[in-house]
Amino acid sequence: MSETRRTPLYARHVELGARMVDFAGFAMPVQYDSIKNEHRAVRETAGLFDVSHMGQIHLSGKTALESAQRLLTCRVDTLEVGQVRYGLLCNSDGGCVDDVTVYREGPSEFMLCVNASNIEKDRDWIRDGLVPGSEIRDRSSETGLLAIQGPKSAELLDRLCHAGEEPNPSALGRFRFSAYTTQAGPVLISRTGYTGSDGFEIYLPAEVSRALFDLLLETGQADGLVPAGLGARDTLRLEAALPLYGHELDDTTSPLEAGLARFVKRKQGGFIGHEAIEAREKQGRSRQLVGFELLERGIARADYPIVSGGRQVGRVTSGAPSPSLGTSIGLGYVPPENAAPGTELAIEIRKKNVKARIVTTPFSKNS
Amino acid sequence: MPEFSLPDENRYSQDDEWVRESGDGLYRIGITDYAQQQLGDVVFVELPEPGLKFQAGQAFGVIESVKAVSDLCMPVSGEIVEVNSELEDAPEVVNEDCYHGGWLIGIRIDDAAQFNGLMESKAYGEHIASRSDD
Repeated sequence: MSETRRTPLYARHVELGARMVDFAGFAMPVQYDSIKNEHRAVRETAGLFDVSHMGQIHLSGKTALESAQRLLTCRVDTLEVGQVRYGLLCNSDGGCVDDVTVYREGPSEFMLCVNASNIEKDRDWIRDGLVPGSEIRDRSSETGLLAIQGPKSAELLDRLCHAGEEPNPSALGRFRFSAYTTQAGPVLISRTGYTGSDGFEIYLPAEVSRALFDLLLETGQADGLVPAGLGARDTLRLEAALPLYGHELDDTTSPLEAGLARFVKRKQGGFIGHEAIEAREKQGRSRQLVGFELLERGIARADYPIVSGGRQVGRVTSGAPSPSLGTSIGLGYVPPENAAPGTELAIEIRKKNVKARIVTTPFSKNS
Repeated sequence: MPEFSLPDENRYSQDDEWVRESGDGLYRIGITDYAQQQLGDVVFVELPEPGLKFQAGQAFGVIESVKAVSDLCMPVSGEIVEVNSELEDAPEVVNEDCYHGGWLIGIRIDDAAQFNGLMESKAYGEHIASRSDD
């Protein structure tokens, strides 16, 4: 067992009274006050997350674009400098190595933001898949990452950035990023997130993380900004039906089964796993990711059986009570014939079948 | 270490439950402040039907937080006479008011001596402290 790692904000979380848990080998705050309150703050005002556990792998060299096109399922050739896109890294069997966001920082410079649990795996896999003339550098440990999410985040962030020639962060379009100078130092801000609400992610040198975290909290407190933990991050992303690697995605799941076809350049091709993905599609899909809501009391947790006609047809990948909807929701894999919205089936919870219904996602209209 | 509320009127079990006498051989049971803080946000509580009997140590229900599912175990033997049905729609009351509004079950105890064998607040406080020191 390797030792639990700490983000630069560890001591600050403890000071704020956070309950710390081990997540992907990092000691992370799961909640400060209450998950429900933190969730509500993000939907109604704003929440501040430390997500410094996530990894950043930089790709450069004269063939960097070629490498990125080969490694990622999404199109990178059409990505403009200053634009960011969601995509997947697939293995040669068409399963998902990871789901990532790719930032184009220059014509031949890219940054991949990857899941904490996959940093080492991704690094090795990317290195093996590089076209000659490309190189990578893992800057995960020297990079801090904060996420400010919620309808008030644009206004709060503007206050901290010097008004120069650069437009304020509020002027950034969705999935755009730019460099800014804050009172705490230089940062890179992108209009992205993992909550289903408007918001920003802020990449910065690890040693500056604490100063900016405190500055943001101080500036935003009167407007309802609260520190938010991984618990709220999970219920927020679930309402938005955003996949979590290790739950909805893994090395055996094809992005198409996970409903992520729009992030796969099926026509253009040329990426690792393309042929396998198409071959699997041709064979016919055996399972598909769906969203469901429980019609009776209970919580559908990961790996609980999904039951139809008295037999198990699938399994739950994530589930929780939705703070925004007041119902109990979840995601899971079922055969295509059970996947239509409106289909009624059951979730087996502690040997009892609890009625559920397939619904369209995202669950929350708010997100 | 955070502070925990430990009212003297209760007795406490090793499994972080409180038991309070309500007269005529009846007792109410819930989880302690320490337990609710450890669990984090309680999102679901499953309680037994009145009339069922359980032995001390037997699971009578389930409490779920966002991250974990835990069995609720009887601190003493007895028969369920009432359950807190308000928790069906508002499980968060267990976090907000674990000793009063967040009670779980009311029982008729089999043997009052079992109640007297539970820890008083001071002993339970030391029990928590010894665990946190580990």
